Amino acid sequence: MNNSVGNTVRLIGAGLRALLVLTVICGVLYPLAVTGVAQALFNDKANGSEIKDQSGQVVGSSLIGQSYNLPKNDPNDAEEAARPDLKWFQPRPSNGLGSNSLNTQYSLILSGATNRSADNGAVGGRCTKDAEEGTLCAQVVAAKEAVIADNSTTGHQVEPEDVPADAVTSSGSGLDPNISPEYAKLQVHRVAEQNKLDVKQVEKLVEDHTEGRTLGFMGEPRVNVLELNIALKSLSKS
Amino acid sequence: MSPVLAGVLQLLALIAALALAYRPLGDYMAKVYSSEKHHRPEKWIYKAIGANPAAEMRWPAYLRAVLAFSAVSVLFLYGLQRAQGILPGSLGFSAIDPDQAFNTAASFVANTNWQSYYGEQAMGHVVQTGGLAVQNFVSAAVGMAVAVALVRGFARSRTGELGNFWADLVRGVFRILLPISVIGAVILVACGAIQNFAGIHEVGQFLGGTQQWNGGAVASQEVIKELGTNGGGYFNANSAHPFENPTPFSNLFEIFLILLIPFALTRTFGRMVGNLRQGYAILATMATIWIGFTALMMWTEFAHHGPAFDVSGGAMEGKETRFGVGASAIFSVATTLTSTGAVNSFHSSYTGLGGGIQLLGMQLGEIAPGGVGSGLYGMLIMAIIAVFIAGLMVGRTPEYLGKKIGTREIKFAACYILITPALVLGFTAAAMALDTPANSMTNSGAHGFSEILYAYTSGANNNGSAFAGLNADTQWFNSTIGIAMLLGRFLPMVFVLALAGSLAEQKPVPETAGTLRTDKPLYTGLLVGTILIVTGLTYFPALALGPLAEGLAS
Repeated sequence: MNNSVGNTVRLIGAGLRALLVLTVICGVLYPLAVTGVAQALFNDKANGSEIKDQSGQVVGSSLIGQSYNLPKNDPNDAEEAARPDLKWFQPRPSNGLGSNSLNTQYSLILSGATNRSADNGAVGGRCTKDAEEGTLCAQVVAAKEAVIADNSTTGHQVEPEDVPADAVTSSGSGLDPNISPEYAKLQVHRVAEQNKLDVKQVEKLVEDHTEGRTLGFMGEPRVNVLELNIALKSLSKS
Repeated sequence: MSPVLAGVLQLLALIAALALAYRPLGDYMAKVYSSEKHHRPEKWIYKAIGANPAAEMRWPAYLRAVLAFSAVSVLFLYGLQRAQGILPGSLGFSAIDPDQAFNTAASFVANTNWQSYYGEQAMGHVVQTGGLAVQNFVSAAVGMAVAVALVRGFARSRTGELGNFWADLVRGVFRILLPISVIGAVILVACGAIQNFAGIHEVGQFLGGTQQWNGGAVASQEVIKELGTNGGGYFNANSAHPFENPTPFSNLFEIFLILLIPFALTRTFGRMVGNLRQGYAILATMATIWIGFTALMMWTEFAHHGPAFDVSGGAMEGKETRFGVGASAIFSVATTLTSTGAVNSFHSSYTGLGGGIQLLGMQLGEIAPGGVGSGLYGMLIMAIIAVFIAGLMVGRTPEYLGKKIGTREIKFAACYILITPALVLGFTAAAMALDTPANSMTNSGAHGFSEILYAYTSGANNNGSAFAGLNADTQWFNSTIGIAMLLGRFLPMVFVLALAGSLAEQKPVPETAGTLRTDKPLYTGLLVGTILIVTGLTYFPALALGPLAEGLAS
């Protein structure tokens, strides 16, 4: 009996020593080495691909989406619904984003999706205006209405079938930096009107900022909203 | 080019890349686990451990070493999280609560990486890099070690010796996982994944104000998260987060990493049992299921049936623009058919049938191609069941790779395949029968049931992905899923190693004209059928209540 207890203790000791050695290698040396190489070779990317506007000020990351909303009427009202600033190209909805509930000395954005199913809020197998508030049905129906209303200008009516799927659905991370080229084109008339620019000019801007599939087949074509808005800002200034 | 064609081309590119890596990596791994030579740094490590790497272990000794190492790992990781409040380099984050710390420790040691916490607000640099990422390496190496022990059981005769666990563990980390990770991490940084030790810092925004960002050793953790089929994201959004998976290329590269070792291990297996064609038969079985599932997933996601998608015109909820539907579908099948559980799109918002495909993929036991190591041993167990069934049909004693599959062997195999269904269905039934667990559901009806079925399926099969609407940070779910993950990982290993020991003791049976040829397409067909029927019979009633009910309603 004593012998088997002794064996177990020896074995646990060996396990602990193995774990400690491997922790030093995989948990200290490896990440430090990779960080060294990354910082030396790809300094900009390793630190978050920050992006500057024309005036040289950091305005975010080309990889992280942000919102383009009007200032709140009452800055202290957490309940007040955000209103999009229609001067700027709008990103996808991000109903899955959260704010941090732990370690609240920071105000971090919690990345995430809504995790709602396609039948969430459906009545009789269909999504209608009557869907319960907060459900995916309600979100999608409301987003579609808003996209149509916001982007229809005098002389340019947006039809429901023109609205692409990404314009009314939340992304996986909630931080999607991109929209589809279709959604960008849909916003052209509105953006031109709001900024008193020529539609052709804005169309050209969207075209210039449309990135195709990598090597022609990887992923989907996309437009980076932040880069597009930075270019729009300098265009409307000049 | 249509999105469907682009999706198919991405799948073909993935197949081509995996095919190119298959031989060199499979042969290399066979050499790693068969070599008698020890590199100098490895000798220092053996000295530190106090183990003789040349000492052969019989199955009980091998199992005891696996369990001792894993038990120490759970305790260490639990302690690290509980001490986070006083550890330097933790960004001032507080300690993790006991139930969540247990769940997370069990999760990462069991190669599951189920996460009931939000990475960006809960885990500081020390726990992420020095705790969680370390388990990503070693839990993967443990899985590979056990698989190699089983392969040795087939390859060896008239001995009970299965190799040395410490040598297999250290070599797996040093010679296989680390070198690929270093290269892979640099490639991910080149795509845009972050790699720094900055604290939480503010960055300006376009319309004024600031965002707060976490820094972190993300790329170095991301690569082993995929390569070791672990799946635990640095951020809550996992591989949908642009800092973890920035571009369409990084996305395809991450899928490649997930599938790389599990597929190549079939070559290692063929090499070590001295018959490459046996490895090809296993590979063909895995590839058939994987490609079939991917095609089904693309079909249902591009068809996007479901009330909300009828309005939106596409199944883009929970999916990123840069990946789109095609690349998301490929990722989601790869992650649920292996034990990875990383996600680049959120599974709960897939179509009803898409969710069913993800569930079924895990319920197959994650063997096509499965987790690193666990996929191979799980598939070999099914291979034994298949020869047993074939043997019953023709009335001969079944044999596999020159070993008799007798009462003892088939008992071990049967116990293996009963463990996870018992855990999944038992815990799901308990959660549904109790009052409070259902409060954690985000969605109601069939999808709500699927959330809970998915949670236990994912836990017991060591996947780690989720129908993440479920609020799993409750004492009930933290405890029961934690238990399911540990039992689902280590009980099967007991039977695998016992089986390995029993096989290694046998003397080989000479092949005769009546022996079932297990290296032919006929056998591959039999094996695919066995897998689908065994799983189908086990899980069909539960699937009918959840994803099938949802999928067929729309």
